[in-house]
Amino acid sequence: MPQDEHREGIGGMINPTRYGIERVAYLLMRLSGLGLLAYFVAHIYETSNILRGQVGWNEFLELTQTTGGHIFLAIVIAMCVFHTVNGIRVMLGHGGVGVGKPARPDYPYDPASQNYRHKIGIYSSIVLAAVATMYGLAVMFGE
Amino acid sequence: MAQVSSISNEQSPTAKSITLKILRYNPKHDESSQFMEFDVQYEKWTTVLDVILDVKKYFDHSVAVRYSCRQATCGSCGMIINGKPKLACFTKISELNSNVVTVEPMKNFPVIRDLAVKFEKLFDSHQKIKPYLIRDDTELVSDEKEFLQTPKEVEQYIQFANCIKCGLCNSACPTMATDSSFVGPQALAQAYRYVADSRDKGKDSRLKMIDDSHGIWRCHFAGSCSQVCPKGVDPAMGIQLLRGYMLGFSS
Ligand code: HEM
Ligand code: SF4
Ligand code: FES
Repeated sequence: MPQDEHREGIGGMINPTRYGIERVAYLLMRLSGLGLLAYFVAHIYETSNILRGQVGWNEFLELTQTTGGHIFLAIVIAMCVFHTVNGIRVMLGHGGVGVGKPARPDYPYDPASQNYRHKIGIYSSIVLAAVATMYGLAVMFGE
Repeated sequence: MAQVSSISNEQSPTAKSITLKILRYNPKHDESSQFMEFDVQYEKWTTVLDVILDVKKYFDHSVAVRYSCRQATCGSCGMIINGKPKLACFTKISELNSNVVTVEPMKNFPVIRDLAVKFEKLFDSHQKIKPYLIRDDTELVSDEKEFLQTPKEVEQYIQFANCIKCGLCNSACPTMATDSSFVGPQALAQAYRYVADSRDKGKDSRLKMIDDSHGIWRCHFAGSCSQVCPKGVDPAMGIQLLRGYMLGFSS
């Protein structure tokens, strides 16, 4: 990227501190999307262990029985739930659902698209992800 | 280059002072940008543009800044103020609640010098979406003399017609931060302004411009554009409504 364009770059793109919860959701959506993609590829690779027969398969399953494996799976649960619930919100928004109606703007010009419906969507995806993760941890560590 | 200076002559009893940090950079001969510091006085009503002009008047005339109307109408004075894109003439020092006010040139625009940035790309993108009514007849020859609209029809687009092309939205946009070919929220919101206008008959040619991999599909609805827009345009709303229309969710 040419320096003279003065673009903010990746640092600016991922900085979640300036533009409210919507920009935090944008970052989490990207991270969880990439995380799930990485998990998906690793998952295909790992499950191919079944080609090594029962011994290989069992060896691999033991990985998920360790503390590290439990924490890893808990993060996958969190990414999955957040990405799915927030993904539904984003898809609705992209289709123009719940983004408010055009009107004559009045000072102080609060943007109608940054409304409570979408904020509730974002907070609920975070809360649901946290609840699902805690349930997953309870099941995995409670064995 | 850094320096501290202050205005010492006649003082108003209600004046307070802050440190103004201005990012100086001349791409023609500076290797890197550097902050210059000034102690400036302000009153309740003093804007960021006012104190920058004070600096030019009393300390350093060479500070480059673009402005014209001083009333949030011309769209010239956009800059990064304490980290966020704002109009300098529409931002009071008192509302920033800070003893240090930092001003930098807008991000995602090439710097001409100091606080002045190049707008060519923004105007190009704006022109690309054909920002005028497209139809075969004209108001001058039609029987009715004017293309009448109901107040309801006006309401569909009037908010987007408020855009002053200040570029703050493009500076806040996370896609703009990395994609130099992206059309940007300013132009996309203007595309919606004309598509939603009942008098316009040019939707197809206009939508062709933005139905592109660096067009409307690059918007992730992060909403930062709408949070910084000083005129209530709400580009994020216009873009999602336009995308909904293009996807066939609405007419
Ligand atoms: C039902 C489940 C899912 C839903 C509803 C969903 C929805 C979405 C949506 C709406 C986006 C676009 C976000 C934006 O525009 O910023 C997205 C991005 C993405 N998703 Fe998913 N997704 C799901 C499952 C998955 C899975 C299983 C994977 C991985 C294998 C995945 C990987 C990605 C990636 C890599 C991105 C791109 C991230 C970005 O560019 O910001 N998604 N998803
Ligand atoms: S949409 Fe708002 S922020 Fe963007 S250029 Fe127009 S007035 Fe400025
Ligand atoms: S000087 Fe015209 S918008 Fe600020």
